Amino acid sequence: MTEATLIRKGLFRKVLRAILMMVSIAIAFFIFAVLGAVNKAFNAGVDVAAANRLVTVNAINFTVSMPYAYYGRVQGVEGITHVTHANWFGGYFQQPANFVQTFAVDPESYLDVYPELILPPEQREAWLTTRTCLIVGQALATQYGWSVGDRIPLNSNIWQQADGSSAWDFDICGIFTAEDSSVPTNYAMFHYDYFNESLAFARDTIGWMILTTEDVSLNDQVADEIDAMFANSPAETETTTEAAFSQAFIEQLGNINLILTSVIGAAFATILMIVGTTLVLAINERTKEIAVLKTLGFQSGRIFRMILTESFLLSLIGGGIGLGLAAGLVVLIAGAFQSFLPGFGMPLSVVWQAFALMIGFALVTGFFPAFNAMRIRIVEAFGKL
Amino acid sequence: MTDQLPLYQLRDLSKTYTRGKESISIFKGLNMDIQHGDFIAIMGPSGSGKTTLLNQLGGIDSPSSGQVVFEGKRIDNLSQGDLAKWRSRNVGFIFQFYNLMPTLSAAQNVELPLLLTGLSGGERKKRVKTALEIVGIADRAGHKPRQLSGGQQQRVAIARAIVADPKILLADEPTGDLDRATADEILGMLQQLNTELGKTIVMVTHDPSAAKYAKRELHLDKGEFVERGKTS
Repeated sequence: MTEATLIRKGLFRKVLRAILMMVSIAIAFFIFAVLGAVNKAFNAGVDVAAANRLVTVNAINFTVSMPYAYYGRVQGVEGITHVTHANWFGGYFQQPANFVQTFAVDPESYLDVYPELILPPEQREAWLTTRTCLIVGQALATQYGWSVGDRIPLNSNIWQQADGSSAWDFDICGIFTAEDSSVPTNYAMFHYDYFNESLAFARDTIGWMILTTEDVSLNDQVADEIDAMFANSPAETETTTEAAFSQAFIEQLGNINLILTSVIGAAFATILMIVGTTLVLAINERTKEIAVLKTLGFQSGRIFRMILTESFLLSLIGGGIGLGLAAGLVVLIAGAFQSFLPGFGMPLSVVWQAFALMIGFALVTGFFPAFNAMRIRIVEAFGKL
Repeated sequence: MTDQLPLYQLRDLSKTYTRGKESISIFKGLNMDIQHGDFIAIMGPSGSGKTTLLNQLGGIDSPSSGQVVFEGKRIDNLSQGDLAKWRSRNVGFIFQFYNLMPTLSAAQNVELPLLLTGLSGGERKKRVKTALEIVGIADRAGHKPRQLSGGQQQRVAIARAIVADPKILLADEPTGDLDRATADEILGMLQQLNTELGKTIVMVTHDPSAAKYAKRELHLDKGEFVERGKTS
């Protein structure tokens, strides 16, 4: 027998109680890990944003367009290496439920601004020269089973062509991938010209511009210059970093971070109270046994350490089970979420955070029972003064 | 040098408890020597301070004044940590209600005090086996306390008390929860430990027939010792 045996026996003194506490902790960590993975996927755009990439949108809102002429004017701003523009198409395939994130872009400059997107040379050539070309991200292509050479119609739930149709026909001439798996490839792009020329309304407008600066240190200067250039015009602009733009985009859905943090916080607070109280009661129940250990010569510090270790074991086993189940679930459903949340998976950062939380949880729930156990007075515990 | 000194010397020992504004004196100015190899039965009516005195001897309670000297060294002024160390090396406790760990087997209960020593696992096992053999319960080594009778549990408790070879065994009403026949067995065993292994034993009891197994009987009454010869 070792001290570890004593700790294990203490923890599983009442097996059902220990299991129920572990299940409670597992639930908390399951919620934490799954929601953490969701949150991370929501923020993937923020995480992969390049530091020197800026986004210019209409100051009213990024859904309000700007004159196409802005694109030409911005190109002259000092400190900029590349500029491109994009329009939100709001597409779907065959029926509105088959949502397809689609953008009308300037074909060449877009790839200059996003060098992380990989397109084989022959597909790149086709992309630049074919007016009806649609390049599709790998995740999206996999989702719909599309391949190069397919001809598909995409409908827009925003735009209309001059002939009243809302469907555009496209030739898939490229499937792009990305250097980093965290870069989303769940969208499609086509030529702005093809889009603009057929529009029934709002021609010669762009949704937003994306530009890269020569150096991150020039970001503020470039942003100020662009916004100053269009100040007091009918379409004033607001230029921010790509990360800030992505964050603002996510916040259109609501403050995801706050919602997830609140849910996780509520789960943890509840389980903290349940486990904390149960542990205090469990240790109170063992007052006499602890007094016996002290009588035999176990020092208070050792008692404290043993009880705290029980709390750590409880937290690590329960938390580990919850984390494992969450990782399993995330892996299982990741495929189904790829189009909506590209890069949905169990990030290592969430795993580390979970372990840090397990340690914190063990300390918070275990400290007071361990402290109380340490302070037990033998004669009082035996009730014989 | 140590052999010439008594094992214990209690000098002018007093214990007072305060409950609210009331001060209760348990005993005052007690003096007593306990020699190596002694077997003392401390008797007295309920509330006379028998257990409180045993707690002082075992270093699990401190006196209000006076000195508890063990092998020439004061223990009443030791820190809690030092007292714990001292107890683990020198004292074996036997309780009325056995106080075994319900989740541990008999052998594991006996092994508990040895976890505080630097002995190897193999050596600990050997000692546990010997202790269980001495108390005649080696065949129940793997049983949990709830699977043992009261007498068997007390034998395990005695094995736990002697396994680390302490200098003194302190027994608090060791037969208080047992029937007469079992009590006689347990007391016979304590007597054997005293006569054959030379263990010094201090036993608190209010059972005169239990006290007969001791070499000396001390009666604590109104906070004072009244020494009487053995009643038979």
